[in-house]
Amino acid sequence: MIRYIVRRLLWMVVLLFLVSAITFLIFYALPSADPAVLRAGRQPNTQLIAHIRHQLGLDRPWYVQYWHYIKRLVLHFDFGYSYQNLISVRRQIFERLPATISLTLGAAVLWIVVGMAVGTISAVYRGRLVDRVAMTGALVGISAPVYLLGLVGLYFFANDTGKIHVFPGSGSYTGLTVNPVKWFTSLLLPWIVLATTQAAIYARLLRANLIDTLSEDYIRTARAKGLSEPRVVIVHGVRSAITPVVTAAGLDVGILLGGAILTETVFNIPGVGHLAYESIKNSDLPMIQGTVLLGAFFIILLNLVVDVLYAFIDPRVRYA
Amino acid sequence: MTGTVDFAREAPGDEGSALIDVMPDVAARSPFQLFWRRLRTDRVALAAAALIVLLVLMAICAPLIVKLVGARPPNQQSDKYFSLGKVGVPSPTGPSSKNLFGVDPLGRDLFSRVVYGARVSLEIALAATALSVAIGLVVGLFAGYFRGWVDTVLSRLVDVLLAFPILLLGIGIASACSLGHGCLGGLIKPGLGVVILVISFVNWTYIARIVRGQVLSLREREFVEAARSLGASHMRIMFREILPNLVAPLIVYATLIIPQNILFEAALSFLGVGVQPPDPSWGKMIADATDVFDTAWWYMVFPGAALLLTVLAFNLLGDGLQDAINPRASRS
Repeated sequence: MIRYIVRRLLWMVVLLFLVSAITFLIFYALPSADPAVLRAGRQPNTQLIAHIRHQLGLDRPWYVQYWHYIKRLVLHFDFGYSYQNLISVRRQIFERLPATISLTLGAAVLWIVVGMAVGTISAVYRGRLVDRVAMTGALVGISAPVYLLGLVGLYFFANDTGKIHVFPGSGSYTGLTVNPVKWFTSLLLPWIVLATTQAAIYARLLRANLIDTLSEDYIRTARAKGLSEPRVVIVHGVRSAITPVVTAAGLDVGILLGGAILTETVFNIPGVGHLAYESIKNSDLPMIQGTVLLGAFFIILLNLVVDVLYAFIDPRVRYA
Repeated sequence: MTGTVDFAREAPGDEGSALIDVMPDVAARSPFQLFWRRLRTDRVALAAAALIVLLVLMAICAPLIVKLVGARPPNQQSDKYFSLGKVGVPSPTGPSSKNLFGVDPLGRDLFSRVVYGARVSLEIALAATALSVAIGLVVGLFAGYFRGWVDTVLSRLVDVLLAFPILLLGIGIASACSLGHGCLGGLIKPGLGVVILVISFVNWTYIARIVRGQVLSLREREFVEAARSLGASHMRIMFREILPNLVAPLIVYATLIIPQNILFEAALSFLGVGVQPPDPSWGKMIADATDVFDTAWWYMVFPGAALLLTVLAFNLLGDGLQDAINPRASRS
């Protein structure tokens, strides 16, 4: 098990190098704007632009730039400085990370609990009215874009622009350490909105798997032993049907931790996704690199976590 | 290899035909017939299919529909359709007999923009789906069929791409290529093509994985061995023998990723890096509606409803197709 994890961690380092190289190449070949011109301000002249270009190292070939980047990253864990405001990329990312983590983890708890509850009830009462209503709702949930739900939520429930003043509106995010109560209330609507679209997927996933599992022989055995129905469904059924749910949760949390771009945009939450989006618009290569690497890091890490979790959920899984 | 043996017809007059006479209704059904029989009874899937046909017709006949309704063309701006709001700020007028869905803040007719939006949305989603299926199919076929180093290289490439935050990557490439003069030294010009390329680039990896898995097991089957012993080339085995077996799962999978691609295009356009103005895109309309949605609800509601309904219809059809092809995992 330990050897397996170490091997995976080494592969993770290789993957991150490849991701950084590809990102570098893509954004070197396809810059959305000349960063030197953007830096030069409102009245750029050729001299100033050339000076800035030299200052940022943009006049050197891409492999020299990449080599310098990797050297600083490996030796000093230094992601370089933003072309836009010359502030350290690492500092800016770490400043933005708490908002994204709060949004993602809060929503994840909500969608996993709701999704699994709905999925289980639907599977047990399959074909009945409860199931039909739940699955119709789930289908609408997976078909609705998160920003549309967010805007509708704000339209009805925001306390500035809404019809019924329930939740704080867009742009009200407050840090956890600043004011825990405001942090909680400001994130409530984003959590609900993000969790709605996700919970729908999880409910469908768990229901399909649980229906398969509940038709297995060992479930009949469990019933024949006289176990109570909740025990049969939850301990014997859900526990075995949960594997794909864990996979999906790992992937989704990994992706969202790297930046919940759409949700952060709609609710104006100063998270990593927002930062990444802004940096792409400004062709701020060091910042793009930093955010893409962070995103890839979370995706690969959560993949590993999921694989390790399998061994605990499913005793048949053994890693060598 | 030509013609399958049909026992009932080959042996007339013996016990076999007597048996057939007793059970006249039993006839072998092809997998497609079985699939069709199951799908035919799925009313929800059929309704979804009908809705999709309507949507496609609406997209194709957009100019005709707009003309029949008497609406203005989608990009025609006008300052005639504004009313003074509470604070004296001019705001666009809502739905009326003249503008069925109201007008947007530039005075454009929202009905014709939503109808033309179907065109943009479906065009991009269908083209991107076709392209990503084509790329994924070829990569998956090669990786699964040749195995060895071909598989190692292709699968590792897929691994690396799957480690990318895809929306971020999509936004990055789309913003580089959609804004300004295009990218790669003007090779790729801004336009719908860019959005199609970005979505396909991000999506083909999933299909490649699925195809690879299927091909790995198909290549060990007897019909492949038979073809090989008859001296068929690798290309022939891959594309004439194995490929036909992949068509059914790929069609189902494609129906399931079309709605994903519709949402992807809408998301890119919502963030301002997808379809560029003045082309009408539902996602972009929702983004523009963000600033005015408390006074002009119709600007968000109609494009939003169109997007939701379209995605819903494809998801319903995809579900139905999947059930019909794989009845064990049926929903009811």
